[in-house]
Amino acid sequence: MNATKVAAPPRESSSDRSSWTANVFKARESGIVLALIVLVAFTATQNSRFLSGQSIRDILLGTAILAVLAVGQAVVIITRNIDLSVGSVLGLSAFAVGSLMRDNPGLPVIVAVLAGIAVGAVCGLLNGVLVRFGQVPALVVTLGTLYAFRGVSFFWAGGQQINADKLPASFLDFGTASILGIPWLVLIAVVVLVIAGIVLRSYRAGRELYAMGSSPQAAKLAGIKVGRNTSAAFLVSGALAGLAGVLFAARFGTVDAAAGTGYELNVVAAAVVGGVAVFGGSGSVWGAGLGALLLTVIGSALAVLDINQFWQQAIVGALILLAIGADRLVAVRVAKALKKRDSHV
Amino acid sequence: MSEPGNRLGRLFSWDAAVVLVTVVVVLVASGAVENFGTSRNFTFLLLDLLPIALIALPMTFIIVTGEIDLSVASTLGLTSAVMGSLWDAGLSIEMIIPLCVVLGAILGAVNGFFVTVLKLPALAVTIGTLALYRGLAFVVLGDGAVADFPRDYTSWVTGTIGDGPIPNVLIPLIVVAALFGLVLHATPIGRSVFAAGAGEQAARFAGIRTGRLKFWLYVVSGAVAGVAGVLWTLRYSSARADNGFGLELAVVAAVLLGGVSIFGGKGTLPGVLAGVVLLASLQNALRLQDVSNEALNIVTGVLLIVSVLLPNIVSSARTALRRRNRATAPGAVSPER
Repeated sequence: MNATKVAAPPRESSSDRSSWTANVFKARESGIVLALIVLVAFTATQNSRFLSGQSIRDILLGTAILAVLAVGQAVVIITRNIDLSVGSVLGLSAFAVGSLMRDNPGLPVIVAVLAGIAVGAVCGLLNGVLVRFGQVPALVVTLGTLYAFRGVSFFWAGGQQINADKLPASFLDFGTASILGIPWLVLIAVVVLVIAGIVLRSYRAGRELYAMGSSPQAAKLAGIKVGRNTSAAFLVSGALAGLAGVLFAARFGTVDAAAGTGYELNVVAAAVVGGVAVFGGSGSVWGAGLGALLLTVIGSALAVLDINQFWQQAIVGALILLAIGADRLVAVRVAKALKKRDSHV
Repeated sequence: MSEPGNRLGRLFSWDAAVVLVTVVVVLVASGAVENFGTSRNFTFLLLDLLPIALIALPMTFIIVTGEIDLSVASTLGLTSAVMGSLWDAGLSIEMIIPLCVVLGAILGAVNGFFVTVLKLPALAVTIGTLALYRGLAFVVLGDGAVADFPRDYTSWVTGTIGDGPIPNVLIPLIVVAALFGLVLHATPIGRSVFAAGAGEQAARFAGIRTGRLKFWLYVVSGAVAGVAGVLWTLRYSSARADNGFGLELAVVAAVLLGGVSIFGGKGTLPGVLAGVVLLASLQNALRLQDVSNEALNIVTGVLLIVSVLLPNIVSSARTALRRRNRATAPGAVSPER
């Protein structure tokens, strides 16, 4: 929409030496952490069940799925695009993996994981190709594929549901088992976060994404292969949504064509609340992960506090508005500060 | 619009192509799909396209200015939910309807405030309010429904003129559509809308208050979504929080299908109305063929993508063709010129 809008100065990307901007960035993530602590403390005083082992486990499992999606979304948003189709990709992958495991109970779990990632990657590649060669805003393309992919799921599933009793025990165990007390799903999410975080922070491929998001034209002039990187970002987002579909199927054991409907809102919210600016060019996957945690904790706290669950979606919407508002505020202040500094030189 | 700057240029005009495709679809469907050509189905078709057509009118303005409003379907849902709970609370329907329209306008003003005063990206803002308004709709009404609206109103909305196939509500729709068309294509406001979309800075330098313009466009968009919420509720005699869920896709798809550029600055209202009719006829014909709602989503999604891709493909094909002509006949005048 606002392709001509001047990008906010890259905050995280160029902040190694400028402590002021680095502090702003840290302040934003610590803001979420603070909100989390207050929310958890308040909810725990109202109802001690909130901090029981089972409750924490549920929160972590929920966060794991959302965080995997949010990492992919962060990668795409950093390039100044958006991927609204992730909820549908998750549903498609979950149904594909569910029916694969139902029909071939002997398959090892790793095959399911790879199959899910592959389904997601194909969807992501399609998004990437359409955005890259169609010269069409990602919003329109992924709004279209949001419905198209969901339609494919419904077409394929035709109203049938895959229930837990049809799935092999090994696959369901994967959804609940833990190693050293940490559930597998959480471990996978952490691994995804760490890898994506390191690549974005320290590798050329990652830095190029920030450059593209800050100024696509400048990035192109600097020799960055903008088109190829854009497709790659969508591929990553799709593949991670596919992985999230596997985690979803393993955790819930019940999959129908509607799995993951509306997730795209929570995913965008998690990334945006976590400080990934929709203007592109700034933010981190750590923030996106924290955003996912915050949203999951809010959902769980609402249930514990006996507040109408319907508030959850309204809160998600309000958080998106709050986060982009705060982001704008920070961007304006940074721009002002930079201007001031330049005028003294 | 047949300006030289049009993406499709003189190859063929997009509007004309959409009208042509619509006519073909209607003719083929009348011949091939059982019951499509009946007057009863014609009434249903018109009633189905009513909310899409209504919301598409202000959406055209907004997309031409280069912005977007994804929250319209949620505004419809929240209006419907509020309408239901006010009716439950015992207010008269004559009180409720204007209140609902005002509510829609306020919800639109919230979007406008975030987009024009705080200068936040419209996409992010309206994704936020899409979630917020739908969530509030559920907070207001839960997942129940309110159904006992006065028979006079519901039967007027579903009724037809005389015993013919034309729904009563089509007449006000045509009047409103003509009004929007006049404003867009024959007044300074319309020219400002195109100017703002073609180049916001230039428009500002030319003295157009683009911020104020866009703010009011969002207010109108919200108010019209409110009207659509009232009509939706009366048509199905059911106020529900999930009314109109996903309708934003159909509206955006219809507007882009009608030849409005998602980049702003280009489009015509007659084209958009043709897009609405095409989309509604296709969906109606497929539904009569027992194609499920979910499969219809594939069609709508693919149409949305095709309608933005096709102009680009045609224009790049033309560029390639011109380049090749120039290469094979150096100095020769291109045949297209």
